[in-house]
Order: sequence, then structure tokens, then C-alpha cells
Amino acid sequence: MIRIGDAPRVRRLLIGAALVLTALFLLLPLVAIFAQALMNGIDVYWQNLSDAYTLSAIGLTLLVAVITVPVNLVFGVFLAWLVTRFDFPGRRLLQTLIDIPFAVSPVVAGLVYLLLYGRNGWLGGWLDAHDIQIMFAWPGIVLVTLFVTCPFVARELIPLMQAQGSREEEAAVTLGASGWTIFRRVTLPNIRHALLYGVILTNARAVGEFGAVSVVAGAIRGETNTLPLQVEQLYQDYNTVGAFTSASLLALLALMTLAAKAVLEWRATRRETAT
Amino acid sequence: MIAHALTWRRERRVLPGFGLSLGISLTFVSLILLLPLTSLVGQLSQLSWSQYWFLITDPRLLASYGVTLFGAAVAAIFNAAFGLLMAWVLVRYEFPGKRLVDALMDLPFALPTAVAGITLATLYSSNGWIGRLLEPLGISISYTWIGIALAMAFTSIPFVVRTVQPVLEDLPAEVDEAAMTLGASDSLAFRRVILPYLWPALVTGTGLAFVRSLGEFGAVIFIAGGKPYETEITSLMIFVKLQEYDYAGASAVASIVLATSLALLLAINLWQGRFIKRLHGGRG
Repeated sequence: MIRIGDAPRVRRLLIGAALVLTALFLLLPLVAIFAQALMNGIDVYWQNLSDAYTLSAIGLTLLVAVITVPVNLVFGVFLAWLVTRFDFPGRRLLQTLIDIPFAVSPVVAGLVYLLLYGRNGWLGGWLDAHDIQIMFAWPGIVLVTLFVTCPFVARELIPLMQAQGSREEEAAVTLGASGWTIFRRVTLPNIRHALLYGVILTNARAVGEFGAVSVVAGAIRGETNTLPLQVEQLYQDYNTVGAFTSASLLALLALMTLAAKAVLEWRATRRETAT
Repeated sequence: MIAHALTWRRERRVLPGFGLSLGISLTFVSLILLLPLTSLVGQLSQLSWSQYWFLITDPRLLASYGVTLFGAAVAAIFNAAFGLLMAWVLVRYEFPGKRLVDALMDLPFALPTAVAGITLATLYSSNGWIGRLLEPLGISISYTWIGIALAMAFTSIPFVVRTVQPVLEDLPAEVDEAAMTLGASDSLAFRRVILPYLWPALVTGTGLAFVRSLGEFGAVIFIAGGKPYETEITSLMIFVKLQEYDYAGASAVASIVLATSLALLLAINLWQGRFIKRLHGGRG
């Protein structure tokens, strides 16, 4: 069969160009992160990692992920169930609203939270009176991260659940199954790959968010620095090796995210070809 | 229409969890999305129109609109070409390391923007791996618009690749064959037959890359340096105003950024919707 662009010359040229550009724009930056982090040897790398401020940044970052990922998982599943299994006025609007965090610059996301919970904000006076600190403390970081990452799970689930339809679940209802049983036994097996991928994306963004978090965190070393903020601060202090050491942890997580995605896709195609 | 209405009535009755999922979704959307966004409206309502106009037309800010729009446009055009090339190569050809290259395309979404930012700034600085090679040629990338466009391009690489790739995969082989048996050359057949087919996906992907680039912050600020009037992007202006406790000014700029990206996103969705309707013969 003849196909466009199948001549060996064209093929070699296009593959060559693609490989060179990929190496230059994607592979080289990735290599540079680890090269910079290990520039002064592995001992300095470990020393930088065990720095008290870096350790506290790792801890805070984990805390943020541990709270935001499950909350957005639950919300994403309920929202996907709502918009794919029921029709009601305002369904379209709800789906559009969920896309807002994708469209908004993260700095704007941080700003609106500052306006609400900050000292001069709407709730600022009340919070102050009750001695509750949200801005420039971890609850603020968790809240903006929830905002920034809330579309991911729903976005993965909605197209899939729409395509699958609700026939299987309706059958389960007529057999007398309860809501929780239907979800666990019928829906969940069908959506588990998409759900897992949504969780992976949520986690990657929750751990790596910078713009929104930097507005509400206040950059208090050892207290409100997440890993990305720690990376920025070390870089601004001209501690390049230190900055890239923290960055290398985030890059490792990014690589794990890519690997997990590749595995999930491979499994999905294998299932498709098997059926 | 009536049949449709009947089905949803039935579905609503049959499947459980409508009240619970509606309650949870609305509570979450109100608390996490709407309430904070309303506070922006509240802040802005304290300004008169002339104050608002004065804030959003500050010359330094106007310069930042130009820098941001230009950088995002260059980044989007680069990604249209690069994304099309990558989608084509990944769908049509087999070569060693293909799966790795495919996986790498998502790196910019997986890598935190601050990490991308310091890495690009280091690579392209005058003593970095790439900057060092470009300096003798008189090309500097750090602290110029090229650096801004480069960082924006990096963070939005996946958009075009990932929107064009599935469309190209679904392209029937007969399309190629028909074009080729008619004696068209590769480039003519691509332009006349393949490109029109990919066009909607290409425009959608490029549009999304553009919107993302307009709002990008973490990846850009390190390589841009933030010289007023020259390399200051609009989201950095919001940040600078906040550090000066100028909440009114920051909110005014934020409203411009928010309105622009929402309008663009809506336009992309409408455009895509029209195309999907056409594909399914008006039933989309």
C-alpha cells in the first residue's frame, strides 16, 4: 500500500528532525537537572538533600499531596457520576465551571484566595478574631492546590463514563444492588485506569504547583516552603547545586508519572486488542 | 426531544446518588471555585470605572501585555509546527526509541514549572550548555523575548501533539492511497488531503497552547529576568503588585488576564463544537 511520506528520504528526514528537536527541547533539560544536581559529587548531593529546610519542604509537599489528592478524587468521582448519569438544568454550566482552573493563570488563583482569606479579605477579620491562620500557612497552600488540581480526575472520567453509558449500572439496579455496590462492582472496574491516571495527574500537579502557591505561602523558610518554592529560593540565593538537588526530586517524580502513564496506556491497548 | 426528556427522567429515577453527588459537587464548586472568584468581583466593585481604566492602562502594564501576547504567539506557532511533526512521526513511522520519545512528549506537563524555569534559565544562560554556544554568534536568549517564548513553548508542547495524534491515527488509509494514485506529490497530497483533515485538531491544540502560554508564570520568570517594559510578563505584574500590597491594582490586572483566557477558551470550545457537529452530520 502506498502512503504519503513513505519515501525513504522523506522518512529519514522527518524522523531525524523529530529526534534532534526532542533531544534538544526535552531530553537535554531533563539531563541538565541531574547533571547540575550532581555537579559537586554525590556526597554534596546527599548533604543538600538532608538540609533541614529541604527536608521540611519535602514534608510540607507530601502533606499537601496527601490532603488534596483524596479530596479531589472523591469530588471528581461524584462530579463525573453526576454529569454523566443524570441530566439536569445547569449540567453544561457545571462542566464549564470545572474548566476554570485550567484557563486561569496560577497567579490569579493565588490572588483570589488572598483576597478572600487574607488580612484585608472578606473573611480575614473573622479569621483574625478567631486566631485562625489560613494565608501564609499550610491551609492556604492546601486550598489553592485544591483549586488548581480539581479538574483532573473529573476530566479523565467524564468522557469515558459518557462513552460507556449507564446500561450496566441500570441492570445492577434492577437486580436490587445498592448505590455503593453498583459503584464498587460495576462502575469502578470499568473506570479504574482512567481514575488512576487522573490521580497521577492530580498528584503531579499538587506536588509541583508553583505560581498559585507562591502567592499564598509567604516564603517562610522551614515553615511554608513547598519543594517548588524551595527550588526557587535556593536558585535566587545563587545556590544552583542546592536548587537543582531539590529540583531533581521533582524531576524523578515527573519521570515516575510518565512511566505510570505509559504502563496504563499499554494495558489499555492490550485490553482493547484482547476484546 | 420528548423521548430524550423521558429517558433522563427514567435514568434519574433508576440510578441512585443524584442528591448526594449534586450536593457534594455543588458544595465543592461553590467553596473552592466560586467563593474565591467572587472575592475578585468584590474587590473590583470598590473601584470606579476611571480608577479601573487607570490601573489597567498603566504604561508598564501595557508593555507587559505586548510581551506576553507576542511570546505566547511565537510559542504557539512553534508548537503548531513541532507538534504536527511529532504527531506525524509518532503515528506514521516505526523507529528505535519511539515509545520513549512518545512518553517524553508529556514531560512538560509532568515537570513542575519552577523546575522547567530554572533548568531553561541555566541551559541558555551565557555560560550554560546551549547559551555558551550561542553567545559567540551574538544571540542571547536569557533576559530577552526569545527566552520568554522558549519557556512558554516548552510548557505547552503536549497540547498540539496530543490533539493531532489521535485524529491522525483515525485517518483511513484509503485517503492516502486515493491521493497518491491520483499522482499527487507528497507535499501536495499532505497539504491538500491530510492537512484539511487535521486542521480542526491543529487549531484547537495551538489555541490551547496559546492560552496556556498567556498564563504561564513559573517557567518564564527565571529566564525572563523581569526587566520593566522589556521582559515583564503580565502574570509577573500581578505578583509584583501583590508584593507591594497593591491589591486593587493586582485585582484589576487579574480581571484582564481572567477575562482574556476565559474568552479564548470559550471560543476554542465553540469552534471545536461546530467542527464536531459537522463531523457527525449535525447530531453532535
